Amino acid sequence: MFCEKAIELIRELQRMSDGQLPAFNEDGLRQILQEMESLYEQNQSDVNEAKSDGRAELIPSIKLRHCCLLRNQRCVAAYLYDRLLRIRALRWEYGSVLPANVRFHMCAEELQWFSQYKKSLASFMRSLGADGLDITQDMKPPKSLYIEVRCLKDHGEFEIDDGTVILLKKNSQHFLPRWKCEQLIRQGVLEHVMS
Amino acid sequence: MDTQSYFPVQAGVGMEENFLSLDDILLSHERLPVRTECTFPRLGYLEKSSDAHDIAEGSKMELPLWLSKGLYERKRRVLSVELPKVYREGWRTVFNADPNVVDLHKMGPYYYSLGSQMLHFDSPENPDIAGTLLQTFIGRFRRTMDSSQNAYNEDTSALVERLDSLEKGLFRSGQSGLNGFQSWEKGQATQITASSLVLNYRKRKINDLQP
Repeated sequence: MFCEKAIELIRELQRMSDGQLPAFNEDGLRQILQEMESLYEQNQSDVNEAKSDGRAELIPSIKLRHCCLLRNQRCVAAYLYDRLLRIRALRWEYGSVLPANVRFHMCAEELQWFSQYKKSLASFMRSLGADGLDITQDMKPPKSLYIEVRCLKDHGEFEIDDGTVILLKKNSQHFLPRWKCEQLIRQGVLEHVMS
Repeated sequence: MDTQSYFPVQAGVGMEENFLSLDDILLSHERLPVRTECTFPRLGYLEKSSDAHDIAEGSKMELPLWLSKGLYERKRRVLSVELPKVYREGWRTVFNADPNVVDLHKMGPYYYSLGSQMLHFDSPENPDIAGTLLQTFIGRFRRTMDSSQNAYNEDTSALVERLDSLEKGLFRSGQSGLNGFQSWEKGQATQITASSLVLNYRKRKINDLQP
């Protein structure tokens, strides 16, 4: 039966239902496009034959191949779109710089889309209020300006607004401004300690 | 509650499918028993059982739902679709008697969605099928809702294994609401946490590096 490769791509995404991005299946996509080309060519020749020799009984087969073409198109569109939704989630969870292992899983067009999305988001945030508002901060309602954090792994030196430099060593605890730490906590470098 | 950033396209409701929904695409991959009402020249290779060049009229085949929907025409010149046995008279009386006893995961994980899609094929039993689907859902909903709201921090596999995929989705929403409420009660609602997506990527990276 046709469109088996297409459903495989969809299953690949469905397996990672938490929103992680698997590697871009360039091979799979190429196979689907090849299948679509061959279906289209068969249909073209059948249509010409049906029109010129008046063979109307070929029409059901033409319709079947056409259904397969539409199915492949649907699967490819859904595959690419769902990947973009996952990449968009990365901007909100990871921040604007993605780790290398995630970038390897994206194709060139997806990287381009990501940088354009970043730009749109940044210009939107700049347009809010007087000097802009970072809406990727404060994902949970803040209760205080400064928070207690513990370091989960060595992250090196960290500078805060008044110029002092803090050394983030594993298991060290610090009392830092919330807005500086939020990114690092979400990335798993620091841990928010509730007293 | 962990903030969600990945919002996949939801499955369609009732007889509608959402074009870009991964769930709907997987649902429409399910196979249905079909009988052809006309010949399909030059496509004989799709039928594994025969070596014919064409698919003859009157052949019995199993076609996926997407193909059956695409080829089906009301005037019935092309295909006639048989109801899978879960939607037939026999099973319908079982569902009407006691919907809670049935293992819907085994009956095809997409019982409700596939049933709604079967309504496209103009079977004379459509009103009964639709009625049974609705009554089954109503009958089972109470138990799903109760268990999802009361199973906190425990292994839910026994509760979930007999649920259809729609019910599983409802169970998951219930659980996430319960967990959110509990964490609010404990005062953890303002604690900034590491993003679960980031942690999953890190787990996967460690697994990739291990030989």
